[in-house]
Amino acid sequence: MTDAVAHAHGAAGGDGPAYTGWYAAGRMARGVAWAAVGFALGVALLAVVRNITGHDGWSKEASICAGYLLALPGWLFGMGMWDGWGREWFGHKVKHAPSDWGRYFSFCHDHKVIGIQYLATFVFLFLFAGLFAMVIRWQLLSPNGAILTNAQYNSVMSMHGTVMIAVAVAGVAGSFGNYILPLQLGADDMAFPRLNAMSFWLIPPVAVLLLAALPMGGWDTGWTAYPPLSTTNGTGQLMFNLAIITFGLSSILSGLNFICTFIFMRAEGMTWSRIPVFSWSLFAMAWIALLFTQLFAVSLIMVTLDRVAGTSWFNATHGGQPLLYQHVFWFYSHPAVYIFVLPAFGIILEILSHLSRKPLFAYKWVVGAFFGILGLSGIVWAHHMFTSTMDARLLKPFLITTELISIPTGLIFLAALGTIWQGKLWLRVPMLFALGEVFNFLIGGVTGIFLADLPTDIHLQDTYFVVAHFHYTIVGGEIFALFAGIYFWYPKITGRMYNERLGQWHFWLMFLGFNFTFIPMFWPGIQGMNRRIAEYTPDLQNINIVVSVMAFILGASFLPFVWNMLASLFRGERAQANPWRARTLEWQTTSPPPVENFPVPPLVTGGPYDYGVPGAAVHAAPAYSAAAGD
Amino acid sequence: MVTTGNEAALRTAPPRQAPAYGEAVHAGHQMPKSKRAHINRVALWMFFFSESFMFGGLLAGKFYLAGAGHDAHLDQFLGLLITSILLLSSVTAYQAETAIKHGKTGQCVAWLFLTIVFGAIFAVGVGFEWATAHFSVHEPFGTAFFAMTGIHAAHVISGVFMLVLIYRLVRRGRFGPDHYWPVEATVKYWHFVDVVWVFFYPALYLTTW
Ligand SMILES: [Cu+2]
Repeated sequence: MTDAVAHAHGAAGGDGPAYTGWYAAGRMARGVAWAAVGFALGVALLAVVRNITGHDGWSKEASICAGYLLALPGWLFGMGMWDGWGREWFGHKVKHAPSDWGRYFSFCHDHKVIGIQYLATFVFLFLFAGLFAMVIRWQLLSPNGAILTNAQYNSVMSMHGTVMIAVAVAGVAGSFGNYILPLQLGADDMAFPRLNAMSFWLIPPVAVLLLAALPMGGWDTGWTAYPPLSTTNGTGQLMFNLAIITFGLSSILSGLNFICTFIFMRAEGMTWSRIPVFSWSLFAMAWIALLFTQLFAVSLIMVTLDRVAGTSWFNATHGGQPLLYQHVFWFYSHPAVYIFVLPAFGIILEILSHLSRKPLFAYKWVVGAFFGILGLSGIVWAHHMFTSTMDARLLKPFLITTELISIPTGLIFLAALGTIWQGKLWLRVPMLFALGEVFNFLIGGVTGIFLADLPTDIHLQDTYFVVAHFHYTIVGGEIFALFAGIYFWYPKITGRMYNERLGQWHFWLMFLGFNFTFIPMFWPGIQGMNRRIAEYTPDLQNINIVVSVMAFILGASFLPFVWNMLASLFRGERAQANPWRARTLEWQTTSPPPVENFPVPPLVTGGPYDYGVPGAAVHAAPAYSAAAGD
Repeated sequence: MVTTGNEAALRTAPPRQAPAYGEAVHAGHQMPKSKRAHINRVALWMFFFSESFMFGGLLAGKFYLAGAGHDAHLDQFLGLLITSILLLSSVTAYQAETAIKHGKTGQCVAWLFLTIVFGAIFAVGVGFEWATAHFSVHEPFGTAFFAMTGIHAAHVISGVFMLVLIYRLVRRGRFGPDHYWPVEATVKYWHFVDVVWVFFYPALYLTTW
C-alpha cells in the first residue's frame, strides 16, 4: 500500500488540502462524538413521547432503537458525509477528504480506496470469525463439550455464522466489485462515489453492534434469527437486528451503485458483448442485493417490532404466525447465496481464461446463466422449509424450481471445464485457487441435490450434512474465489508481487485442510448429528476428532497467507502493469492505477478473452507509457 | 510465447486526445451534465423499485397474518380525509416541480409550502388515528395496521424533512430551469410515498372478505 499511496499522492487533484492521518483520526473521533450526541437525543426524544403517552421514559430496547436511529446518521455525518456531501444540501461548498494515507481511514470517494477498505475489513473479519470456528471445533472434540457452556457455545456459533455470512455478502463484491468493476469497464470511478463511501462507512457500526451484543449475553439464534426464540431472548438479539438491518442498507446502496456503474460508466467501445465476465456477474448479483435485501430488513424489522412495540407478527399466543418469518427471511436469504457465489463465478472464469490462455468457453451462455440464476433465485426459498409444517401443496413446486437451478449453475461449471480444456494451464496461485474452487463447487452442488429432494431432506434437515454442504458452496465456492481474486489482483492493487512459494503453501494447506474437514463431516450428518448443538452422542466422537484436527490445519493455512500479504507489501518484487499478460482493461493501466484510473480514457476495440484467436482485435491498448510500467 | 494481442492494437488503435497525467478527471467532474442527470434519474427509480420490495413484503405480511379483512372500528372518515389530502399534496408537489422548470421560483415556493402543509396534516392525521384506535397493537390486524402505517408515516416525515430542505434552497434561488434535479428528486420521492399509500389504504381500510 505504501506504493499506492506514493503513487496517488502525486496525482491527487488540487483542491484537497494537505492532510495527515490526524485528520482521519479527528474525523473518526467527530463521528463517534456525534453518534453519542445522536444516541442521547434519540433516547431523550423517545422519553418525551413515552412520558406524554403515559409510560416510563426509559424502556431498554425501545430506547436503544431510538438512540441508534439517530446515532447512525451522527456517525456518518461526523465521519465525513457532512463535509463531502451534506454541506451541499444546505447550500454550502463541500470539503474534500485527505489524499495521503489518511484517506484509507476517511470518507474517501475513490473506488480504489473503498475497495481496499472493504478488502482489509473483510479479510480481518474472516480471520476473526475463523477463530470462532476453531473454538467451535475445540468444543466438539468431546461429546459433552470440551470448553464452553451451552449458552457460550450458542453465542460463539451465532457469532461465527453471522460474521461469516457478512464476509460472504461483502467480502468479494465489496472489495473487488468496488476496486475492479470501474477498472474493467474503463471508468474513472463508480457512478455514485459518495454513496459508495457511505456504503462502506455503514459497516463499522455493524461490527460495533455485533461486538456490543457479546457483553449483553450474545444472541443464540445463529444468523437466521428465527422467532419465537428471537422475539423472547436477551438484548443481544436486538443488537444483531440493528446490525443486520444496517448491513442490509449498505448492501442495497452498493447494489444500486454497481448497476448504474455497469450500465452508464462503460468506456467507449465497451459494448455488451465485450464486457468481462466478472463485471457481468456483479451486475446480476447487484439486482439481488438491490431488491431482495429489503425482505431481510422487513423480517428483522418485524422481529424488532415484536420485541419493542408489542406487535404480534410472530407471537402465536396473540394470533401471530412464526412461519411468516421463515417465508420473508428465506425470500432474501436464498437469493443471498447468489450474492455470494455469482461474483465468485465471475472471478473464477476470469482467471481460468487468462491463465490458461484460452477464450472463455460459451461466454454468452455464461452471461445468460447468470440471469437464469437471478430469475430462479426468487422462487425457490421454501426449500429451506420442507420440515416447517407449511402447506404441503408448496413442497413439490419448490422441489422442482430448486432442481431447475442446477441448469444454469451446471452451464457455468461446464463453461469452466470448456475453458481449461486442452489449455496451457499456468499453475500460479490464483489458478490453483480457481481450479480448487471448481472442484469444491462440484461437491457442493452434488450434495445440494440431497437437500433439494424431499425424501432425503426430511432425514438430513438440521444435521451436519447441511453444515458440510453449505460450507462447500460458501467456503469452497466463494471463499476460494476470494483468495483467488486476492492473489490475482494483489499486484494490481499494491504494485507488488506476492510470494509464490508462500502462496502455494497457503493453497495446498487450505485446499487439503478444507476437504478433509468437510468430507468427513457429511458422515455424522447422515448419522443424525444435529447442527447448532453444543453436545452430541458419544459414538460420533472419533469422527468429530478427525474433523476438528483437520479444521485446525485449515485454520493454520491462513498463517502463511497473512505473512505473505504483509511482507510482500513492503518487500515484494515490484509488479509490472500486466504481470499475467491479460487482455482485460484493469491490466492496461499502471499497478496501482493512478487516481483517475487511466491517464487516457480507454477505447475498447475487441473481446476480452480472444487469446490465440487469429485476427482478433485487441480488447484495449495499454494506457500507460513505457516509463510508467512494464 | 504468449501474446495479449495488444502489440497489434498499438498500431491499429486511432490516436486519442490525452489529458495531462494527473489532471483531476474524476467521476462527475468530467461527465456531461445531461448524462449525470440521466444516471441520477435511473438510480432514483431503482431505489423506488427496491423500496417497493419492502412495502410489498409488509403488504404480503398483512394478508398472511390478518387475512383480507379490516377492523370494524376504523375511522373511515378520517382515513378517507387524510388519503385525499395526501393525493392532493402530490398535485401541489407536481406544480412545484413544473414551476421551477419554468423558472418561476415564487410559484415553486408557494406550491412547496402547500405540499409541506398537506404532508404534515397527513402525518398528524395518522397520529390521531393511532391515538384513538379501538384495536390494540397486540392483535393481528393491529400489528399490521400500526407497522404499515408507522413505516409509511416515517417515509412521509422524511419526505417532509426533504421538502423543507428544498424549500429553503428554492427560496434562496439556488435552482432554475437548467438546474432543478434536487427539486425533481424530492418531488418524485413524494409521489412514490403517495403511490405506496394508494396500495396500503385499500389493504388496511377497504378490503374485506
Ligand atoms: Cu436456499
